Amino acid sequence: MKFMSKLALLLGTVAMLSGCERPPIETVQTGYRGTGMEQIYNPRTLAKEAALNQAPVAAEAASAEGPKASEVYQNVKVLGDLSVGQFNRHMAAITQWVAPDQGCAYCHNVQNFADDSMYTKVVARRMIEMTQKVNQDWKTHVADTGVTCYTCHRGNNVPTQVWNAPKDRKYANSLLGDLAGQNIATKAAGLSSLPFDPFTPYLKDALPIRVNGNEAMAGVGSNANRSSLKQTEYTYSLMVHMSESLGVNCTYCHNTRNFQSWEESRPQRVTSWYGIRMARELNNEYITPLTDVFPAHRLGPKGDIAKVNCTTCHQGAFKPLYGAQMAKDYPELQVLAKP
Amino acid sequence: MAQYQNLFTSVQPVGPLHDGIELPRGNARRLGKPFLVHLLGRIGNAQIGPVYLGTLGLASLIFGIAAFNIIGFNMLASVDWNPIQFIRQLFWLALEPPAPAYGLSIPPLQQGGWWLITGFMLTTSILLWWARTYRRARQLGLGTHVAWAYAAAIWLFLVCGFFRPVMMGSWSEAVPFGIFPHLDWTSAISLRYGNLFYNPFHALSIVFLYGSVLLFAMHGATILAVTRYGGEREIEQIVDRGTASERAGLFWRWTMGFNATMESIHRWAWWFAVLCPLVGGVGILLTGTVVDNWYLWSVKHHVVPAYPLGSPVVLDPALMGVKP
Repeated sequence: MKFMSKLALLLGTVAMLSGCERPPIETVQTGYRGTGMEQIYNPRTLAKEAALNQAPVAAEAASAEGPKASEVYQNVKVLGDLSVGQFNRHMAAITQWVAPDQGCAYCHNVQNFADDSMYTKVVARRMIEMTQKVNQDWKTHVADTGVTCYTCHRGNNVPTQVWNAPKDRKYANSLLGDLAGQNIATKAAGLSSLPFDPFTPYLKDALPIRVNGNEAMAGVGSNANRSSLKQTEYTYSLMVHMSESLGVNCTYCHNTRNFQSWEESRPQRVTSWYGIRMARELNNEYITPLTDVFPAHRLGPKGDIAKVNCTTCHQGAFKPLYGAQMAKDYPELQVLAKP
Repeated sequence: MAQYQNLFTSVQPVGPLHDGIELPRGNARRLGKPFLVHLLGRIGNAQIGPVYLGTLGLASLIFGIAAFNIIGFNMLASVDWNPIQFIRQLFWLALEPPAPAYGLSIPPLQQGGWWLITGFMLTTSILLWWARTYRRARQLGLGTHVAWAYAAAIWLFLVCGFFRPVMMGSWSEAVPFGIFPHLDWTSAISLRYGNLFYNPFHALSIVFLYGSVLLFAMHGATILAVTRYGGEREIEQIVDRGTASERAGLFWRWTMGFNATMESIHRWAWWFAVLCPLVGGVGILLTGTVVDNWYLWSVKHHVVPAYPLGSPVVLDPALMGVKP
């Protein structure tokens, strides 16, 4: 073969393979043989992910003895039942989880710790209640593993994985170029051209996610299925988001020969079903009402508050922090504080 | 004597440039002075031109270019007229059909009106091009096989973009004009209608698609293999079967017991190719209009294999009246 042909062959091969992921790829069977129920992992990627999803070591538990925080400190609304020792341990932990660089002053007026003038303190209090709510009432999703502030924050003031209503393009009102909510490469839609905001309809509003019907034939029954293809693309986009968030394939939950069937699904789909409802409740009951508390620069391009989706906690892991039993070290986050 | 044993074209016969046969009265003039391109001669005929444009071709091009430009400018506008983003995101961009709320009404230009106009222009362009292939074949004194094969493809195009949306009562069901977006549409229609792999017409279409590929490979290989005996003169060998035909037929009878003939192999190829979009179009036309869930349809007709369920069996939480 001539040199030029060899070179062309080599370059061609390199170009063809440039989009591929370097092996090894490991396949884990999760369902009956022949049904394609399997997960695909790359140990190299997994090792990288695992390093990023380590839970911090908990401080030693403090004694429950002694006066209560509410008796010693002023204006303690959610963790007042703790002993002073437990309370301070918790505050130290929060600092490490949320504001390791700024310290106490990130939320507190250091002249007067009881002062509520800093918005971060008001938000933090509500977020503690939110965490308690999740651990107490959403065991259907978080089970006994539970969550802490760290599950989302990971040492950041604002969790890195949050969503805002996307901003309109500059000439959105012009005669040409309507995006119809899709057809642009975004991370939210997993770099597909599917709708780029599946969060507003499903994780804030409660629009129907299911598009499949229970009848073989069209127009049968009083509840004939009228879901449109565009609606399907929205659902598809939400599912892509979930898959990307958890670092799993469709078959982690679904039997893809029949996406709708619960009988053929894995139990993880039920957990996930509750997760959607959990995210929706947190966004509507806990986060959105805080919109006015936040300064303008913390809000999104449309003035909405940053909200949670699956990635906020999961960050690429099928269980946040790969299921590290972190919350058990903070029993004060396990139940809603008495008002 | 030319040899055909190489997999790549090794012979490039070059004759004097010619305009072709005289055209019948009423035909436009052919355009351009023919010339030779050696490199193109390696994959086809080295002579380029002259081109016949004519009324139909010109009209088709005008409508086609109009559609192409409307799509392109909408894509460019959708990235705020940024040429770099236009290139970067080209595969993602699209001209999207109207929202479901508009049904079959005429939406505002911005919300699908352009899509409707483009659909009309593109369809007109394609139909005019079809008429051109038909008329050109007739004027050359050929059969109209190419035109009818092309019509099969137009059938599938119109089913996806026109017939089915009209039957569903909504333009929103139609395919967007865009590279990835039309593929997303393809996935979405399968997801929405309970897995298109359980649609028997889809299955048939795949049979004819892969079948076409197989037949193409078998036929191409057979003819190349017998060209040393004059087998490339396929049409002559239909009526005057020589040793090339005999050997080709014998080879397939030896290996699989049956062989096509020099004539029938071309009918096999034509029908396989034409049936692929024909049955595919039937499958799409039935999807949503007659059948809502192909998986359940297949369960009903006992063609779905049953697998053991996991334990414990997963139940739909929405049906259990669960209040989380």
